[in-house]
This record gives sequence, structure tokens and C-alpha cells, in this order.
Amino acid sequence: MKEIQFDAIRDAVAKLCIDANCLLGDDVVQAFEDGLKIEESPAGKDILNQLLENEQIARKEMMPICQDTGWAVVWVKLGSGVRVQGGELYDAIQQGVARGYTDGYLRKSIVKDPLRRVNTKDNTPAIIYTDIGPGDGLEIIVQPKGGGSENMSEVKMLSAADGAEGIKRFVVDRVARSKANPCPPVIVGVGIGGTFEKCAMLAKHSLLREIGSVHPDPFYADMEKELLERVNKLGIGPQGLGGRVTALAVFVEAFPCHIATMPCAVNINCHAARHKSVTL
Amino acid sequence: MAKKITAPLTPETVKDLRAGDSVLISGTIYTGRDLAHKRLTDSLKAGEKLPFDLAGAVIYYVGPSPAKPGQVIGSAGPTTSYRMDAYSPLLMEKGLRGMIGKGNRTPVVLDAMKKYGAVYFAAVGGAAALIAKTIKKAKVIAYDDLGPEAVRELEVEDFPAIVINDMYGGDLYEQGVAQYKKD
Ligand code: SF4
Repeated sequence: MKEIQFDAIRDAVAKLCIDANCLLGDDVVQAFEDGLKIEESPAGKDILNQLLENEQIARKEMMPICQDTGWAVVWVKLGSGVRVQGGELYDAIQQGVARGYTDGYLRKSIVKDPLRRVNTKDNTPAIIYTDIGPGDGLEIIVQPKGGGSENMSEVKMLSAADGAEGIKRFVVDRVARSKANPCPPVIVGVGIGGTFEKCAMLAKHSLLREIGSVHPDPFYADMEKELLERVNKLGIGPQGLGGRVTALAVFVEAFPCHIATMPCAVNINCHAARHKSVTL
Repeated sequence: MAKKITAPLTPETVKDLRAGDSVLISGTIYTGRDLAHKRLTDSLKAGEKLPFDLAGAVIYYVGPSPAKPGQVIGSAGPTTSYRMDAYSPLLMEKGLRGMIGKGNRTPVVLDAMKKYGAVYFAAVGGAAALIAKTIKKAKVIAYDDLGPEAVRELEVEDFPAIVINDMYGGDLYEQGVAQYKKD
């Protein structure tokens, strides 16, 4: 048994919220630089340069990359050999999110009820997904998710007869219809298989991948490559002003499927593709 | 070269702007997003006085992050504009002449822009720390209870934006995408 203190988890989560929102990943910065090399539109280039400059200011001043500091989506991998001392794991995470968003001057964007819309004032509750497995480690990933790109996401129940082409058409069409709204260049997360809600989680989880990484399954690696090419032919470009770089990456995550179904989810992430992790 | 313009906007300024123009805005603008728009509209319908003068006004769709000690404002990039579409035509009828946001507007808004002579600008979504540097003063003037959604009066200096829709029906999103689309 490994014991981990409640306070250590809470403080680690608070730090992850702040770091994720203020320090953009090296892979995203690299993707902006690579995008500059292929972007043909002058306005598009100008925007990629502004995003690089924005990233520098945020890093230097530890202020959020984007004012929408998002839902705190938290992915937990809990080893069965871990025991939390001094309180409950979920309480530690929720308190960590509240503390991080308050102490880090991050925006509180969560309302208590979808229709009555009163702000909870500390950005809780966090959305927590837990995976329990062997070992005595505790891995926590905080993935702040903005609302503008979330609004351009969708789940569709396709059928097996639609095949890979049906999936591809749905993904490309979803990006096409999103136009300028999700702050392109975007990252496109695609979940295929599982149940209605599982495929949405797959899509969200795929957004944690490093830009530039290749899918381990060659079939899906090819699909990702083709999808990125097709999406970047749409002409939407940075901020939708027209250009080559509409998406920085397409990530696919697949899961076993029921014989009668083929659900597909597209979760769009903006260029503010934020996530940070820690292992305790 | 970016055009330097001053807010509130005069009819001449609006007439001079075309889709695709880069602008640097200086002067006074107001923030407002979903709930603030609802309250402004409710006030207009009830015949009440608004917290600011709409004549020539520019509204920036933003819910900034909180200012750290010593900062004028936190990160302050645009939010997606279509959520304000239900409210914008009435505000234009009452004098609103500029809107700053990101993303596409619906035809009712575009029609109202032509009818009343207004312009829609985009700021770079997600370039929120960069944009904050052009905001020199910020003061909550209404709806403080809405937190990030409160209405703020902003003094801006060379706030960077691009004209998406002008009063003549020009649409940069349409033109730009058509230029780079490949079949
Ligand atoms: S879509 Fe992303 S970059 Fe754009 S405003 Fe929302 S969080 Fe920020």
C-alpha cells in the first residue's frame, strides 16, 4: 500500500489548473511554427504569429492563454495499491480545482444549473473520469476545455454500412460547418465505437495526444493522415479568414463496437489545446 | 496597413470600412456577452435607461479572466458571436454601430447591419493575453453580479481587429474561404 496525502493531491491539482492554462505545450507551439511554413494566406500567417506572441506573453506573465479557462476535465489513473490519507480523492480534486482557479486568477465559467445559470464562483465541479488498475501510482491529468470549441462538437450514430468513408465524411463535414467559431486552427478529436457516451469520451480523451504523434495502428494512422489532408483542403484557415491551416492534427480513438451500431463523436479543440499531468 | 479608427464610431468611419480591412481601434468600447445582452434587451423593451449610450457604440463580446494585482484586466479574447445574434438587431436599431467577436453571424444580423449601417469585427480568438495589452482601463459599469459577464467600459489603444462584415454586405469569411478551398 502506498499512502498519498489529501493535501498533496489538492495542491498538485491546483498547480495543474494554473500551469495548463498559462503554459501551452511545446507540441502546440511547434505546430504553430510548422503551420507558418505551409500557410499561404498572409492573414493566416499573421494570426499564427500572433498566437506565438500570445503564448510568450502568457508564459512570461503567468496569465491565461485564453480568457476561457474552460471546464476542468480531470483524468485520473488510480493504482489499486494507493490509499488516500486525510480525506477522499474526489474532494481533493474538487478543492484543488477551486483553489487553482481562484489563486491563479482563472475565469470561473461554470453555472450551477444549465437553465437557471448561476455561477458556482470557483469553477467547480470538475468533471472527473477515473480508471482503476494495478500498481501504486496516481496519475492526474487536467485538461481545461473551452466552450467555443465544445459547442462545435457532435455525436452521430452511424451504421456499419456507412463504413470508413461515412465516418470520414461526418468528421470533415463537422469541421466544415464549424467554420470560424471554434478558433481555428483546431485539433480534431474523433471517437469511434463503444456506446453513445463512450465514443464521446474517446473523442475527448484523444485530444490528450501529443501533436505530431502517430497512431500505433497503421489503419488509423492512415485515416488520421487522410482526414487532416481533407480538413485542410476546406480553406477555412486560421480564425476562419481563409487559408491552409484549418487543423493542426486529427486524432482518432477506436473501441470495440456492438454488432448493430457504429457511433462516432467529433470533439473539436481550439488551438488553446491545454493539458498538464502529474504522477504522485 | 491597418486603419486607425476611434470608438464610438461615426457614420463616416463605418462607411469607410470594408470586409478584409485590418483596423486598430482606440477609444471607448463596452463589453457584453450572453446574459448582459439579455438584460440590455429586456431594459430596452421595458423602456429603461441603459448603462451606457448606444449611439455609435461598439460592443466587445468578451468575458475576461480576473485581473491579477497590478493588471488592468486579465486575459481578454473574443467569445463566439452567434450567441448574441438574437439580440443584436434591436441594439443596432437603437444605435449600436460596431460589434467585436469571433465566428459567423446569421443573416438577420447581416441584414440589420446593412439597414442601420454597422460593422462586425473579429479579434483573434484565443490571443487573449496579447489583446489584454491594448486595454488601458477597465471599469465595471453594470451587472456586477454576473462576474465575467458584467458590462465593462474599456479604454483601448490600438486594439487589433479585422473587418469581417461591412455595411455593404461584404463578408471576409466567405471571400477568404472561397479563395483557399480545394476540391
Ligand atoms: S474556442 Fe478555445 S481559443 Fe477560442 S475562445 Fe474558446 S477556449 Fe479560447
